[in-house]
Amino acid sequence: MSSPVTATNGAQFTGIATVEDAGLQGMITLRGDLSSKTLKAAVKAATGAEVPEQRKISVVEGGAAAWMSPDELLLLVPYGDAVAKTAELAQALKGEHALAANVSDARSYFRISGAGAREVLAKISPVDLSSQAFAPGDFRRSRTAQVAAAFWLEDGGEEDSFRLVCFRSVGGYMFQLLAGAAHPQSAVGVY
Amino acid sequence: MLILECPYCGVKAEETELAAGGEAHLKRFGPGSDEDQFHDYLFMRENPKGVHFERWRHANGCGKWFHAARCTTTLEVFGTYSAQTYEPPQEIKDKITAKRPGWSWREFSDGAK
Amino acid sequence: MSMRLAKQGRLIDRSKQIEFTFNGKRMQGYAGDSLASALLANDQMMMGRSFKYHRPRGVVASGSEEPNALMQLGTGDRYEPNQRATTTELFSGLTAQSQNHWPSLEFDVLAINNKLTRFLTAGFYYKMFIHPRPFWKHVYEPIIRKSAGLGQAPDAELKDADSYEHFYFFADVVVIGGGVAGLQAAKAAALSGAKVLVLEQNNHWGGRAPVDGGSIDGETPDAWVEKTLAELRGMQNVTLRDRCMGAGVYDHGYVLGYERLTDHAPGQGGPRHRLWRIRAAQIVTATGAIERPLSFAGNDVPGVMLAASMRDYVVNWGVTPGQRVVVATNNDDAYRTALALHEAGVDVVRVVDARDTGGGALMEQVREKGIRVELGRAIAKVKDGPRVSKVAICAQNGEGGAQEEIEADAVAMSGGWSPVVHLWSHCGGKLTWDKEQAFFRPDPARPPLGDNGAGFVIAAGAANGALQLDAVLADATLAGAQAAEASGYPAKSIPAPKGDSERETLMEPVWLMPAKADIKLRMKSWLDYQNDVKVSDVQLAAREGYESVEHTKRYTTLGMATDQGKLSNINGLAILADSLGAEIPQVGTTTFRPPYHPISMGAIGGEARGEIFQPVRKTPIYDWNDANGADWEPVGQWRRPFAYTRSGESRHDAVNREVKNTRENLGLLDASTLGKLIVKGPDAGKFLDMMYTNMMSTLKIGKCRYGLMCSENGFLMDDGVVARIDEDTWLCHTTTGGAESIHGWMEEWLQTEWWDWKVYVANVTEQYAQVAVVGPNARKVLEKLNAQAGGGLDLSKEALPFMEWREGQIGGFDARAFRISFSGELSYEIAVAASEGQAFWDALMEAGAEFKVMPYGTETLHILRAEKGFIMIGDETDGTVIPQDLGLNWALSKKKEDYLGKRAQQRSHMVDPDRWQLVGLETTDGSVLPDGAYALGNGINANGQKNMIGRVTSTYHSATLDRGIAMGLVKHGPKRMGEVLEFPGTDGKVYSAKIVDPVFYDKEGEKQNV
Repeated sequence: MSSPVTATNGAQFTGIATVEDAGLQGMITLRGDLSSKTLKAAVKAATGAEVPEQRKISVVEGGAAAWMSPDELLLLVPYGDAVAKTAELAQALKGEHALAANVSDARSYFRISGAGAREVLAKISPVDLSSQAFAPGDFRRSRTAQVAAAFWLEDGGEEDSFRLVCFRSVGGYMFQLLAGAAHPQSAVGVY
Repeated sequence: MLILECPYCGVKAEETELAAGGEAHLKRFGPGSDEDQFHDYLFMRENPKGVHFERWRHANGCGKWFHAARCTTTLEVFGTYSAQTYEPPQEIKDKITAKRPGWSWREFSDGAK
Repeated sequence: MSMRLAKQGRLIDRSKQIEFTFNGKRMQGYAGDSLASALLANDQMMMGRSFKYHRPRGVVASGSEEPNALMQLGTGDRYEPNQRATTTELFSGLTAQSQNHWPSLEFDVLAINNKLTRFLTAGFYYKMFIHPRPFWKHVYEPIIRKSAGLGQAPDAELKDADSYEHFYFFADVVVIGGGVAGLQAAKAAALSGAKVLVLEQNNHWGGRAPVDGGSIDGETPDAWVEKTLAELRGMQNVTLRDRCMGAGVYDHGYVLGYERLTDHAPGQGGPRHRLWRIRAAQIVTATGAIERPLSFAGNDVPGVMLAASMRDYVVNWGVTPGQRVVVATNNDDAYRTALALHEAGVDVVRVVDARDTGGGALMEQVREKGIRVELGRAIAKVKDGPRVSKVAICAQNGEGGAQEEIEADAVAMSGGWSPVVHLWSHCGGKLTWDKEQAFFRPDPARPPLGDNGAGFVIAAGAANGALQLDAVLADATLAGAQAAEASGYPAKSIPAPKGDSERETLMEPVWLMPAKADIKLRMKSWLDYQNDVKVSDVQLAAREGYESVEHTKRYTTLGMATDQGKLSNINGLAILADSLGAEIPQVGTTTFRPPYHPISMGAIGGEARGEIFQPVRKTPIYDWNDANGADWEPVGQWRRPFAYTRSGESRHDAVNREVKNTRENLGLLDASTLGKLIVKGPDAGKFLDMMYTNMMSTLKIGKCRYGLMCSENGFLMDDGVVARIDEDTWLCHTTTGGAESIHGWMEEWLQTEWWDWKVYVANVTEQYAQVAVVGPNARKVLEKLNAQAGGGLDLSKEALPFMEWREGQIGGFDARAFRISFSGELSYEIAVAASEGQAFWDALMEAGAEFKVMPYGTETLHILRAEKGFIMIGDETDGTVIPQDLGLNWALSKKKEDYLGKRAQQRSHMVDPDRWQLVGLETTDGSVLPDGAYALGNGINANGQKNMIGRVTSTYHSATLDRGIAMGLVKHGPKRMGEVLEFPGTDGKVYSAKIVDPVFYDKEGEKQNV
């Protein structure tokens, strides 16, 4: 009935990288036994993606599954499907000890792309973002300045493109943080 | 600033990703325990100069609690291991014995004694 | 006079003239100048006054070790005090002011202190100003603060105009120092494949070698540096950063790099400083060495300089500090200065070598130039004044008699060299005393230890005690290879370049010049220029019993302040050791603490300033609240409206209006910040029975129950309403502040204690916007929304009774409705998707207009709950309060064997009947009790203070009752109903309040149940 909105409402900034609100994204927290066949099948059915390896994200057209911890995945599905897919997962996992929760609206979602994308993140996160250490498909939960976040590097494309997820309440903080780190005259020049 | 490897996600995390959680391998005493047991459980903590066992949480990361064995004087880390254990794994104890022969901590020691 | 030379100056570009001002005077310099070299070129030898005696001071050094030439740079929002002229690159428009004088540099009132040196000895302040006691705070301190100190603090009203940032970087090998040792070590490490980062604090590479001369592999050092830099730049695995100082070495290979991006070009845009937060497997400290002054009387007179620094000014910047120079030394290196001055056409009037046997090849070269060299001689004193005019020479091995006076305008002194061991030492690297060279150098057997228990710092070159060029290069090559190997790259052995420099003969320690200088001379022999500490002060400290070097440091201030004793350290230790009759290694050194050189507060703060100083957490309704009068209150990192003030309305009026309207009509509260945790699994009920004091496993699906959580100490830590969602799923509401901590608390128990229990927890706090719809019209507005949407969730009393919840559509929104009340009114808390929160709020406001809807803030929330006697975590609780204190025994399950905190609540102090307990408090005159006020009992305690028998925990003006109401904890409170207690306020008044039932409003609880 109403049209849902993100916390940062399409904000965008371009400096050494482009930082942008990546819009509404369906997200489901799934906790359970990641080695279970039932769970693997349910994840595949919900997202089209396989259960990823430790600290990886497996991405397919329209869906993805990211490794959050040994018993937790973050599933990406189209925003409009999140409620239904959460229910489907719960149904598929009936009888298994598992928890699926729709967290699509609890998150802010950003894209950081361009030549300086690695440096933007390296200014706020204690993670080795060199190309040797952080490759497409790598998924990392860490600290970005003073808040928790998860990010990954997308596959393909001419230039580096990261996706970043944080809590919705700090979406505004995150955008300002990223935009500041992407100041046009702040290239470090190492990545 | 310390680094500890989270045994759950494999990240060699710096201290700002971690939260310290005090002494490891405490045994909980609840209703039915006597005053001394409960007092010790609540308040008495080791404060060793040397080998120590601690709980840490990868708070800005995978969120998991884990154990760390390290030296409070040199800050050497002997190893990190699962939170789901009542005592340090033998492999960790062996590592400590190799580096600090004769060590002991609470009921644990290098086994030589 | 000091002046620019016609030739020389490898770092300056004479085609680019630069204008700047010093103390308001316009001056010129060249691109490549430091502020210090430019001032010298303008014959500005005097650059400041000393800390304590206000003696005239000139520049002594050429780098970061400079103790004297501290400047106030810039103006307004780019003003900064205590900046070294030697490390400040000149730029067009630079404005500098000297410090610590009044009214002017040339004429300073407090220079009178210089005449009082006899009285201003070490410990003077401690001894003089101790009595009478109150005078310290009110008389002495304000005066001393005004007269002492360095530059002026920036204007507190102005904000720094610049921005700053951090940068995280990871390397196998970090080389600190870009001199020939650093570059060679980097090359050796990089060739083995290691990822190498090189930090150089200056804007030029090569360190001292290009000034000191000699050759490397047959080339000039300059040429070799250029070639090596080019090689390193061509390697993928090497990163070179200049203007980036290695500021500190910390545990487990953590290094801070301090990069100065725009100090030399202010306002060019982008961050001013970047703090590199580096994690290295191995660190090579190639930080060089610092020359030591000689301790002779008047060694602080402007024009007395370190010999190698004087050489730097000549060779690097084409500046000579004087026309007639005396060189005083105890080693061969200072002869290079004599040669450089001579080559530049400056008259070297005398070389005074304290050694009876003199030096080697360098000395011979000096003699060949016709310069007079005297052996076994010393400087007795330099005549006081604004700059050097006369130098008295005497025998080194004497008391300073039989002086010969020489006319001179500058003195170059060299007391030998000290390796820069700071970075080696920051994290615990130990030192060894090298008797031959009379310096401390890193002890490779005792390095700082990393997480693997092995050393992670290797010193290289001069920093490792290798002073001759060939030794430096050999040492650096080895260090680079070792570092690479220790970080996991099999070393490729490469040959060390061949360094060729003049052989030097041994230096001879000279701690005092002349060796038996009398007290008059010693009182003018400075050890620490920045802190005005003299030889006599350290000797006095030793006599007064300060034997520990750390105590002497604090008593005399030797080696404190911004230079951290870079020049003074060894000379001071030697004097102390001598006074104590001990050897220098027995006395030891003071602790070397990071940063090596002061770094800006801005760099430390990084991006965390202004709007992103801290994360501000915003609810989905934040913008609407902000636009509609929200008077923001921080609640943790959240911002919540305290009240919604209308124009012309005070906060208090707004709160009263909100309270009344909610009781009488309809109020809306943005309750989105409440914590929401899903707890699911076969053992979830069992788990919640442990977490909460009450029984949660028996809660029926569709129902809600208020629950309490205690710590293992038994103290109340959180509360909230729990809803049973389905057979194995519960939704736990926590306080606003508790969402993350209680989530963590649950995970902690599940992961570390009951790991075999099958329970998962998910924090869904921010998934929902939650709106409390409160007041007699609450149902009406929701039913209207449903009617407008053509149907929805049945919200009637029968379909959704008090303390139950239902899921469905409300006004077309997917929602969960909880019939819970924290106000005592008919109330629904409605959760909708956060992304639709604003739209839902808008719909409520619009539909509520006819029901007199108003939003209300946290203060109204507090008052409504206090009127009902509901406790608030953080008001009624403070980490020492148990549920029993608050009359919440009904919420403590008697059936359960165990819950967190249960055992603690059985301890003797917890069951003590004398514990303070919750009561209501009503002032006798209707006024509002002061928050936190204590109730007076009878008698006094052991400290002579009146006994206290209770305190106020919550206190408000109740608009509903039109009087002050309060809650408090009082000894035997519930048994003392009707008693009047006295509460002294901090305003001098004493408030009288009667003990009453804490429920002030609707005692039967009928209103919430309609």
